[in-house]
Amino acid sequence: MIQVQDIHKSFGTLQVIKGVSFDVKKGEVVCIIGPSGSGKSTILRCINGLETYQRGSILIEGAKVDPASRAITDIRTQVSMVFQRFNLFPHRTALENVMEGPVFVKKMNRAPARDEAVALLDKVGLGAKLDTYPAKLSGGQQQRVAIARALAMKPKAILFDEPTSALDPELVGEVLAVMRDIAAAGMTMVVVTHEMEFARAVADRVLFLEGGAIVEQGSPQEVLRNPQHPRTQDFLHRVIHPME
Amino acid sequence: MSFWERATDYLPLLMEGVWLTLVVTFFSVILSTFLGFVWAVMAWTRIPVLVALSRGFVTIIRGIPIIVQLFYIYFVMPEIGINLTAMQAGIIGLGIAYSAYQAENFRAGIEAIDKGQIEAAHSIGMTDQLVMRRVILPQAIRIVLPPFGNTIIMILKDSSLVSTITVAELTRQGQLIAASTFDNMTVFTLVALIYLALSLPLTFLTRHLEKRYSQA
Ligand SMILES: Nc1ncnc2c1ncn2[C@@H]1O[C@H](COP(=O)(O)OP(=O)(O)OP(=O)(O)O)[C@@H](O)[C@H]1O
Ligand SMILES: [Mg+2]
Repeated sequence: MIQVQDIHKSFGTLQVIKGVSFDVKKGEVVCIIGPSGSGKSTILRCINGLETYQRGSILIEGAKVDPASRAITDIRTQVSMVFQRFNLFPHRTALENVMEGPVFVKKMNRAPARDEAVALLDKVGLGAKLDTYPAKLSGGQQQRVAIARALAMKPKAILFDEPTSALDPELVGEVLAVMRDIAAAGMTMVVVTHEMEFARAVADRVLFLEGGAIVEQGSPQEVLRNPQHPRTQDFLHRVIHPME
Repeated sequence: MSFWERATDYLPLLMEGVWLTLVVTFFSVILSTFLGFVWAVMAWTRIPVLVALSRGFVTIIRGIPIIVQLFYIYFVMPEIGINLTAMQAGIIGLGIAYSAYQAENFRAGIEAIDKGQIEAAHSIGMTDQLVMRRVILPQAIRIVLPPFGNTIIMILKDSSLVSTITVAELTRQGQLIAASTFDNMTVFTLVALIYLALSLPLTFLTRHLEKRYSQA
């Protein structure tokens, strides 16, 4: 469903992505792990057309992602994104945040859009917070609203960029639980994360990225339990034993 | 005759001036807001030609005294076949001159919106226009409003500059009355008080807005 083919990306002279290729099949959950600065966010942003790339191609169900083309807004309605810092619209309530896309991008009528948004907020456990503004929600709640906002577009896939990294530890679980439900419901997901437990339990495939290239990939069993490449071993060791 | 008796003599003429002052101010505010918004949006598009045009305009306008811009429009334009009434020239001159300051204010308001929200808006398929209308403007307006109030006050005061191109607004009416009565003291005290009376409500409104939005 998502085909990333040999993409290269530089910021000025800094080469950030050096030939990355992978496919994501429908209903698959792919987790991307890797050290800071390895290009994880950049890859997600390229898939969503928020960033241009210089070489290679990205196809969503065969349609090329090209930020310069008008069709990019269509592609973005098919692939939603959830950000590390939630990025909710602060001047709108939880419900309005979720309705924004369906009503103004998809031109849905307000009444059915509202019903769907209420159902989604219920599903992420925020049925009681419909009219609350983001500033009055905890980080975990904000992120769940952001997930509902992504789901409201009925996307073919959702990209998550470290969705729990900005959260207090006690709030991580509630967000991961929602993501696990979405995965179980068959959503195609690409998740950049440092939550190895989540990757182990939910991912179909794990990619280890370093220096803008995929160093190792495979099932969570293979990559997380029994990594072959010394770089992967080293990274996992540091994630699991941060104090050493 | 006491101050008040003389004042009552002059007031009807001065009030005619007040009317024109308000007309000039009103239309200059509208024009400068519109143009300022256009310059700010051009700069925001990141389209090189538009950005350069916008920046060029603003730089030129800010570098020339308002009174010279007024003279230019009123005295030079007719020579290239564009005839304007003094009133039209005054409004266009002030409107263009102040559009540069408005643009700066709008640009700051637009830039102040967190980039993450704009990306989130793009990521649900919003076009740039929709992002502007649904995400940036509703928030930018709170940032832009207090300085906007100040700009209106400045335009009100600087509308006195159009007296130099023969618009019979408050300042010019004052000058005319003073020239024929030699009663400078009464006339210009009245003129000053009238300007103050017009600007004070705006000043208080602006302070109120500043307070309200700085908390939010
Ligand atoms: N807009 C930009 N301009 C210049 N350099 C950038 C830009 N965005 C990212 N970079 C650089 O690209 C590299 C990869 O960044 P990216 O954000 O993709 O890393 P990441 O793997 O997501 O890291 P993290 O775990 O810290 O989020 C980094 O070296 C970063 O400094
Ligand atoms: Mg990142």
